[in-house]
Amino acid sequence: MKNVDIAIVGGGPAGLCAAITAADLGAKVILVEQDDALGGQLVKQTHMFFGSEKQHAGTRGIDIGTMLVEQVESNPNIEIMLNATAMGYYPDGVLGINQEENFIKIKPLKMILATGASERMIAFPNNDLPGVFGAGAVQTLMNVYGIKPGKRVLMVGAGNIGLIVSYQLLQAGVEVAAIVEGSPNIGGYLVHASKIRRLGVPVLTSHTILEALGDREVTGAVIAKLDEKWNIIKGTEQTVVVDTICLAVGLTPLTELIDQGGGKLAYIRELSGYVPIHNQELESTVSGIYVAGDLAGVEEASSAMVEGKLAGAVAAKALGYKPKAAEQIIEEAHQELFDLRSGPVGAGIRAGISKLQEVRQRC
Amino acid sequence: MLKRTGVASPEDIKGVTPSLERLSKGPIAIIECFQKIPCNPCYTACPRQAIGKMNDINDKPVIIPENCNGCGICVSRCPGLAIFVVDATYSETEALIKMPWELQPVPQKDSIVKTLNRAGEPVGEGRVVLVQDGRFFDRTKIIHLAVPKQDMMEVRSIERGTFK
Repeated sequence: MKNVDIAIVGGGPAGLCAAITAADLGAKVILVEQDDALGGQLVKQTHMFFGSEKQHAGTRGIDIGTMLVEQVESNPNIEIMLNATAMGYYPDGVLGINQEENFIKIKPLKMILATGASERMIAFPNNDLPGVFGAGAVQTLMNVYGIKPGKRVLMVGAGNIGLIVSYQLLQAGVEVAAIVEGSPNIGGYLVHASKIRRLGVPVLTSHTILEALGDREVTGAVIAKLDEKWNIIKGTEQTVVVDTICLAVGLTPLTELIDQGGGKLAYIRELSGYVPIHNQELESTVSGIYVAGDLAGVEEASSAMVEGKLAGAVAAKALGYKPKAAEQIIEEAHQELFDLRSGPVGAGIRAGISKLQEVRQRC
Repeated sequence: MLKRTGVASPEDIKGVTPSLERLSKGPIAIIECFQKIPCNPCYTACPRQAIGKMNDINDKPVIIPENCNGCGICVSRCPGLAIFVVDATYSETEALIKMPWELQPVPQKDSIVKTLNRAGEPVGEGRVVLVQDGRFFDRTKIIHLAVPKQDMMEVRSIERGTFK
């Protein structure tokens, strides 16, 4: 049994920032990551980040990842566990970890869960054909392993992920036939859409994929136009010749561990599905367990980093580490989150958070 | 239109087009950022306070024409690649556009390239005058492209495959 101040599950932007903040305040931290490297999705983000200087805006995600990982690795208060999957959290306060087939028990005083989110899938005939990818898989192939997923891609979804991955495909020398988006409006940042449009990629809003074509692998896709009630307009079906279909249709929080550990969940559409009920200091319904990043509600990586910082400071403060300094970090983090969410693109998140607070007060 | 297609409308563009008087005085940045998003690296990068103070990080950046000298630092700092510099005084017949470029291949100086508008449609031809690169630009190259003067508010990209 390992005793530690704070166990953090997940080595993405939220978990890294939580670890750095808590460890800088003096807490002993174990950072548990199931992959063989830290960084989470940051390692695939070749574009410059939005936000302000405080969230390293203008720097590429991959470089932010490298910088955060270096800070974690050089911090003597942080122990890193790679290839380590958190299997369960038990009523006696023990976190069970499977690390390369060894079962390791950790007894933390506080825990921060930053497990992230998983990709959604949508239903259409032949969506199990080889050549149908999630956008995350396409990014991993291209940006981690240097492998092109195909020659010509149909992107499904014009949120930020769909737009960014389309651009990365173009950068990798892959053709993007079109981006289809069911909604009448582009969901991602319009500057991302514009930079793809001016390279000649059509963005077809109010369009959906009807089916993937192909016998043993994708050879095309049928798309069609939708009316304002999202019904398919007959006669608008067209075939697009592609060898790859990339789905960027949203993420959903990875709640298994917090759910199993006794944390209550609530379905909040604006936060992308079931999320752990938590207060403004990110504490779940289980005392001493905090949540941060996409697990707490799917948002941009910049907010995930700030939430990590917030959770790290709250947990360290609760253990009595430099309460004054922690309090200052907490205040700053709240202000940063307020700023990031205050504009029109933050409206959904704001609505989701206020719904969550209503649910929390009822339970 | 922009929300449905990703292409800015003529009204959007009109709103950020400098006056003829300002254009006649030399290079100036044009910020084609039409949506309030939480982002401000252009504002913090500008050494000349040529981008109006952003009280809220979600404010849209606005150029202060008299402060901007078209240096292009913001072009390489904008995460949305939404800033261009236009110099209408480049020559009698040509204007110079500085545009961000993050794709392969990278055109060479003196390459003649086919130019594209905001929808990726062909406009005409341009001549690459300079490609700025190096550590400061952090892998976002800045292409200096000479185009016929009448194309300066139309051309926003170049056709890959028209150069080596």
